[in-house]
Amino acid sequence: MEIELSILLASVVAGATPILLATLGETITEKAGIINLSLDGSILLSAMAAFVVTYNSGSLLAGFIVGALVGAAVALVVALFSIYLEQSQVAVGFVLTLTTRDLAYFLGNDYSRLQGPQVTHLPIPLLSEVPFVGPVFFNHNLPVYFSLVLVGLCWWYIYWTPAGLKLRSVGEHPRAAYARGIDPKLTQLLYTMVGGLLVGLAGATFSLATKPGWGRPQGAEGTGWIALALVIFGGWHPLKAAAGAFLFAFLQVMGIYLQGWFPSLPSQVFQVAPFPLMIFTLLLMSASQNESVQRFAAGRPALKPFLQILSGAAPAALGKPYRPD
Amino acid sequence: METRPTAHIGWLRLGGELLVALGAVSTFTILILVLSGAPPFAAIAQIIKGSLGSWSKFAHVVKAWIPLTLCGMGLLYTFRIGLWNIGIEGQVIAGAILTTAIVKLGLDSGNPQLFLALAIGFGAVGGAIWAILAGWLKTKGGVHEIFAGLGLNFVAQGIALWLIFGPWKRPGVASMSGTEVFPPEFWLPYLAHGRICLPGLALAFFAIVFTAVTLRYARFGLNLKAIGSNRVAAYLFGLKPDRCMLLAMVFAGAFAGIAGSLQVTAVYHRLIPAISSNYGYLALLVVMLSNYNIAAVPAVAFFFACLNVGSIQLPMVLKIDSSLSGVIQGALVLATLAMQAWRARRKRERETV
Amino acid sequence: MKIELKEIHKHYGPVKANNGVSLCVEPGTIHGILGENGAGKSTLMKILSGFSRKTSGAIVLNEQRQEYQTPAQATRLGIGMLYQDPLDFPSLTVLDNFMLGRKKNPEQSRADLNDELLGLCQSFGFCLVPSQLLKILTVGERQQLEILRLLALGIEVLILDEPTTGISAYQKEILFQALNTMTSAGKSVILVSHKLEDVESLCHKVTVLRKGRVSGEMVQPFDTDTLLTMMFGTPPRPPSRQPQTPGEILLSLEGVSAKGGRLGLRDCNFQARESEIVGLAGLEGSGQSVFLRTAAGLIRPRSGSIHFRHENLTGRDYHHFSKKGLAFQPTDRLEEGLVGDLTIAEHFAVQDQKQGLFLDRTRAASQAGRSIEKFKIMGRRESTAESLSGGNQQRLLLSFLPQKPALLLLENPTRGLDLESAHWVWEHLQVYSEAGTGIVFSSSELDEILMVAHRVLVFFNGRIIKDVAADQTDVNALGRALAGKV
Repeated sequence: MEIELSILLASVVAGATPILLATLGETITEKAGIINLSLDGSILLSAMAAFVVTYNSGSLLAGFIVGALVGAAVALVVALFSIYLEQSQVAVGFVLTLTTRDLAYFLGNDYSRLQGPQVTHLPIPLLSEVPFVGPVFFNHNLPVYFSLVLVGLCWWYIYWTPAGLKLRSVGEHPRAAYARGIDPKLTQLLYTMVGGLLVGLAGATFSLATKPGWGRPQGAEGTGWIALALVIFGGWHPLKAAAGAFLFAFLQVMGIYLQGWFPSLPSQVFQVAPFPLMIFTLLLMSASQNESVQRFAAGRPALKPFLQILSGAAPAALGKPYRPD
Repeated sequence: METRPTAHIGWLRLGGELLVALGAVSTFTILILVLSGAPPFAAIAQIIKGSLGSWSKFAHVVKAWIPLTLCGMGLLYTFRIGLWNIGIEGQVIAGAILTTAIVKLGLDSGNPQLFLALAIGFGAVGGAIWAILAGWLKTKGGVHEIFAGLGLNFVAQGIALWLIFGPWKRPGVASMSGTEVFPPEFWLPYLAHGRICLPGLALAFFAIVFTAVTLRYARFGLNLKAIGSNRVAAYLFGLKPDRCMLLAMVFAGAFAGIAGSLQVTAVYHRLIPAISSNYGYLALLVVMLSNYNIAAVPAVAFFFACLNVGSIQLPMVLKIDSSLSGVIQGALVLATLAMQAWRARRKRERETV
Repeated sequence: MKIELKEIHKHYGPVKANNGVSLCVEPGTIHGILGENGAGKSTLMKILSGFSRKTSGAIVLNEQRQEYQTPAQATRLGIGMLYQDPLDFPSLTVLDNFMLGRKKNPEQSRADLNDELLGLCQSFGFCLVPSQLLKILTVGERQQLEILRLLALGIEVLILDEPTTGISAYQKEILFQALNTMTSAGKSVILVSHKLEDVESLCHKVTVLRKGRVSGEMVQPFDTDTLLTMMFGTPPRPPSRQPQTPGEILLSLEGVSAKGGRLGLRDCNFQARESEIVGLAGLEGSGQSVFLRTAAGLIRPRSGSIHFRHENLTGRDYHHFSKKGLAFQPTDRLEEGLVGDLTIAEHFAVQDQKQGLFLDRTRAASQAGRSIEKFKIMGRRESTAESLSGGNQQRLLLSFLPQKPALLLLENPTRGLDLESAHWVWEHLQVYSEAGTGIVFSSSELDEILMVAHRVLVFFNGRIIKDVAADQTDVNALGRALAGKV
């Protein structure tokens, strides 16, 4: 089977969109010090909501808006429980993962396996004509373009604006932020919900573009967990996290090709392949912080760039509730 | 003497809080039922009728209660040492797979009793191995147990599917209905009336007693608590945190493995793709709702089992999805978390004013 | 600005941290707040800086009664505070730290703020690089940045909470100069400390707190004995150094380097002997902690060797070391030393040497009872560790020490204790020393080290730069060594 590189890369860019959105959203949330563990469920719930709304109203825009709002609503629950009620973020997030998933299956039951509207293809005039770059980046639909723009936007916002500085300060040392007139709880609430909006968009992108339709299973199951792992892989940096999302999408596309080449292997093997990979990446991340590994690499300049890529520290106050005096 | 009346008020308040939580969850449930266009009271009635309406329905509840309790007991060890053993789902599946393998080995041996016993033993081993993998990734590899466990869940599920569709497929057709059913002599004995499996029930009770004794009276139980709340101090006291974590994982994995084993030998008599029935994840909710309190786990497990079994027939009777039970269970845990937070806040306020 | 505090009360449940404190700070002066740990100084200053709310009382600024709820509001009124645990962001740059929390001003660009910071640095003689990450700065430099930041916000009053802990003598000099510059410009400074010498050398007026109340006030010139009486009632008799003849070599480190902290530990040579008490001096994070933890087997050395009684133990873990009779106790009692959730009795049960499958709760309970009595711990067998006060936690920790240890490695054993408790701790430890146990301890107080140690090691940038018998040195010589001048 012959593969043309530009087609392969184009499918990577298109396939990465939902996971990219979710990863960026969670990166923003975790930068503020809150872990929204409910991603896997909230993606499904917003995917269902987006599909149902679009199916009934015929408006894709309404679908995306409702999907985003549902993501933000779940994030609001996480935020209220962890920030204001001081409950374990992991506990609340985990319960919500299961609950929102079941809620999605329950409420979406009547809409299973229906043919609904989906996002139309929208090549950008002129730019899509550019050889190679055109088909890879400029021959997609709106959510794809949006996600690409968002990568840069997130990076700029977090590292180059006063608001981004406030966001980082709250994730690093909420007490110190409070002493400087920033309201840590409100900031955390805000960015948990902003992250939730993006996670919701990821869900809507699934059911309206990437894997159109609704069903049990929808096909988005497991994505939330991958996104959570990618945030760690990206070292809490939006650009690196985005690179991780593209890498993951690339491996997924390769998996589909490989499946064609090895028809004797059952497809289940390919479906679970991302997860050992996820564990392996996290293992690699953790090993790169290991002292003996760093010492080993110190004498080998060739290894330095690899360690550089894998470096990155979590926000100092990540997961710890802020309690004022 | 003084503590009497306050304790009394404490119970009253606890009861009051329970009512508030139940009220909130009921309102929420009715709301989503109305939202989905189903008659709310008919649905709730159906859940009650479907779980406690007859002796055979009750037997089904017991069948669900056994694995939930086994997993719940296992999770008490890992929660106490501060581990989120989300991998319990995969540990159930691993136990089921190894059990199926042993039974398949013994099919021609002519000694079903021996192989059934071996199969359950190996079920525990399978669960324990899967748990050690996650524990090893955590202690040696620095991978958070949530990601390690979750990843291993998918891998275990993948292996089960591969076995069902590949090496262990039924002669002729491979299908989602699982491997070929074992001959009846390889089924665990059950009561003729209602199909309650007595050995399974005995194992669940054994797990409760064993765990209660271990956590309360054994040195290991206190060590788990010490490490769970301050790892560094516990190490300075001479305890070995990593080893204890692995051991806690082994206990959790073994109980989960037995649960998976019983799913194969006592319930389905074969390996099916959904062999774990999500009982691992559900047990996490059970233990959280019990507030990590061993005495409450069996009761909460029973309640959850009722919800699960009661909602099985919802699609047939009322054309609504059976995942309603999951929604109710999750909402209940959230409501209790909110209650706990509220209580903690009131306590703090009383202390500072 | 003139500040008056009137009848300030702050109650935490039954505990009255401030019980009717009134004082007045005149503009253009440096006002000292003295008192031992737990006297209520920090609580009072947190109220003044807007971090905590008072239970009752009034704050009057320039004859106007003010009510405010947050530190940001206090800053707007002209009150800024330098906290003991720095409230800054190690992972951000110096400039980011300087910028954070300023009102938006579209006229000001990043470059303008950069210039403003450099200008301020120059006028105070500070040397800060705006683009550096804060985490590579010393405690003293972080303090300087925080002062400049507050001044740039236009504060009229600067509160400093124990500012001289953990900074070098040189940095202390610069700090004091800066404070004098501020007061000559009409600003007020409030200096909170439990160190008499700092207060005496700098302040115009001192208010002494004791048990949540004002126990006295004094203006320059100060009389040390009177101040001491105000602080402690009758001043407690300090323990004195016991003469000892060091015995056999217990622990020896040769060329040991290790990672940890900001600077790690580099090329250390050291021998601990029986009966000898060795004090480790140095600024916070100069390598003392890494040294103690490496010597205890908690940190694996990168190079060099560790011998205990001539047996090579390099690379072994703490459990192996402790079997040889060595015991380590950390500074942070609830973070690392005790298990907050466990009761006193359970602490003894966990450490019960008689191993077995099941717990012997009765044995542990009786052991706990004996220790509570012997160590005068204010608590019951069923009290959890976190419910005890700091002093009682330290007593509990000491009660865990083995009967006849060969060597004790103690990280800041008296940190956060009031003077009486600190003395009690030393009287207890000196009994061990008399019985032949070697003791190595770190402390941020030179006075404490000179009071009890036989030998002093001074750490600077991860190295031992001075190793001297305690009776052949004094506070000034050690102070210079702390700043790297041997």
